[in-house]
Amino acid sequence: MAEKILMKGNEAIGEAAIVAGCRRYFGYPITPQTELTEYMAKRMPQVGGVFLQAESEVAAINMVYGAAGTGVRVMTSSSSPGISLKQEGISYIAGAELPCVIVNIMRGGPGLGGIQPGQADYFQATKGGGHGDYRNIVLAPNSVQEIVDMTIQAFDLADQYRNPVMLLGDGALGQMMEPVEFKATDTVPSIKAWAANGMRGRTQPNIINSLHLQPEKLEQHNIHLQQKYAAIQKNETRWEELYTEDADLILVAYGITSRIARSAMEKARSESYKVGLIRPQTLWPFPAAPFAKYAKTAKAFLAVELSAGQMVEDVRLAVNGVRPVAFYGRTGGMIPSPKAVYEQIVKTLKERGGN
Amino acid sequence: MAEKLFSRPQSLKDVAFHYCPGCHHGIIHRLVAEVIDELDVRDKTIGVAPVGCSVLAYEYFNCDMFEAAHGRAPAVATGIKRSQPDTVVFTYQGDGDLAAIGCAEIVHAAARGEKITTIFVNNAIYGMTGGQMAPTSLIEQVTNTSPYGRNADSAGMPIRMSEMLATLDGASFIARVAVNNPANMAKAKAAIKKAFEIQINGHGFSMVEILSTCPTNWGMSPLEAAAWLEQKMIPYYPLGQFKAPEGVAK
Ligand SMILES: Cc1ncc(C[n+]2csc(CCOP(=O)(O)OP(=O)(O)O)c2C)c(N)n1
Ligand code: SF4
Repeated sequence: MAEKILMKGNEAIGEAAIVAGCRRYFGYPITPQTELTEYMAKRMPQVGGVFLQAESEVAAINMVYGAAGTGVRVMTSSSSPGISLKQEGISYIAGAELPCVIVNIMRGGPGLGGIQPGQADYFQATKGGGHGDYRNIVLAPNSVQEIVDMTIQAFDLADQYRNPVMLLGDGALGQMMEPVEFKATDTVPSIKAWAANGMRGRTQPNIINSLHLQPEKLEQHNIHLQQKYAAIQKNETRWEELYTEDADLILVAYGITSRIARSAMEKARSESYKVGLIRPQTLWPFPAAPFAKYAKTAKAFLAVELSAGQMVEDVRLAVNGVRPVAFYGRTGGMIPSPKAVYEQIVKTLKERGGN
Repeated sequence: MAEKLFSRPQSLKDVAFHYCPGCHHGIIHRLVAEVIDELDVRDKTIGVAPVGCSVLAYEYFNCDMFEAAHGRAPAVATGIKRSQPDTVVFTYQGDGDLAAIGCAEIVHAAARGEKITTIFVNNAIYGMTGGQMAPTSLIEQVTNTSPYGRNADSAGMPIRMSEMLATLDGASFIARVAVNNPANMAKAKAAIKKAFEIQINGHGFSMVEILSTCPTNWGMSPLEAAAWLEQKMIPYYPLGQFKAPEGVAK
């Protein structure tokens, strides 16, 4: 299937999941990701899979827990308020070390918020979200093609690390139509000797569990999880950078916002401003390395988000006070124009650029 | 639990239960395990433990097991069964787990006719957290969160889950039993067996509600607790079969 077809972001996630071998989907409708739920309702029966509309996001994520524990590839999807409801289940999934893919097509909050695109779920995606010391791997695509590639990769990462993987998009990406290509994967689904799928001749039962009543055992389990997270940080951190080598100002943006930032950067470059861009592709693990590197050469950083300032906290941690980090964001479903970001570039360079 | 009166069912591990003296959880575990043995399905059975006193059921049942979040066992069981349709899936849940926090999950699993079996242990109280009011606590029952007795004006009336779930078309088999004497124990085991058979035969959702004691949090001796169950619980929660597919005898 090498030819390109035109697809909506939300539907592309669904097709990519099927290409990745996912045959179980549990979801609950919510704007702006409902097309994905509807796509799975249509496609799963065609490929011999299971689609189930759960009674709530709480139920959906617990169905994912059950399915993942038996060793099958499984996905759920929602948008911000629904993801809040899933957090209990995600914590259990992380604790029991089950692989699964969770899609969050973000909208503006807090509360019922609105239905237009947002990026204000960065905290709940990358900082745990639910209770306890755990991490989701968080992938942030910025095009429909990258949605496809990252969805497929998400299933592999989940299996490899026995960890939930969150695909974090926003309403704009979900609704956007672009040409995509589904590259056949040669992923061999890993053999899951730990899966509780019925003993079927095994001598010992398998148990899927996140309870460790003895503090010594629970601490050991946490140490094990932290070691796993350290390995993920070492091996799976991804980012893209543009014009960073000579940049005075480096923009930082992910997802849909990175496309706006890029346009603004190109305009600034055409006006001879030395501006670059770092685009985190994994939000957890967050790519700290390029910030440490360019803090030595750039004069300032400017984070741009569809939030009141969430990822910027990780940028500040990575820059570690060496250079100023400015922030520009819009909230509530408002999307900044490239011109507005360009103006922020000029302003930041004037105020913090050192010349 | 020092002396062994009967041989241990294969579907129970050789470990001592942590349940209090006079608690019925242990008896109920044993009946479920005997049924799994008799139906010879241990090799393809997957159980789901709740949050409650029976949270450690995964350490007792000798088959593949899951430990679910509080109340979510029916959703977890749905995910399991929809992924491994050739297995026999059961949930084991208390009344706080099933009738309070997990009410939506049990209603919808039953409504969908999920091919799972639920063992619902109704002891009219929250055991694990030390004796708070459950949705099933009786009127005037004193608990730590109804210290003046359960008051219908404020806490509503106790929920009869079996009767409620029996109204759903997706529920194939619903029965309420008790294990307070040998005769009731035999009936309880027969109901549990029917419930599993209904799942194995491809019918919809099946549930057995089992009235159970909590002497510790009822503040009673095991004997007093057995009498309270007989005199107070059974009149409000009548035993019997509320729903069965055609051809399944009462
Ligand atoms: C989300 C959540 N809320 C509350 C608790 C605390 N909790 C643990 S067990 C329990 C009640 C259990 O009662 P029941 O289901 O009746 O079972 P029993 O212990 O009586 O067998 C509660 C409230 C929890 N573990 N998780
Ligand atoms: S607290 Fe109650 S329900 Fe829990 S083990 Fe003791 S008697 Fe049984």
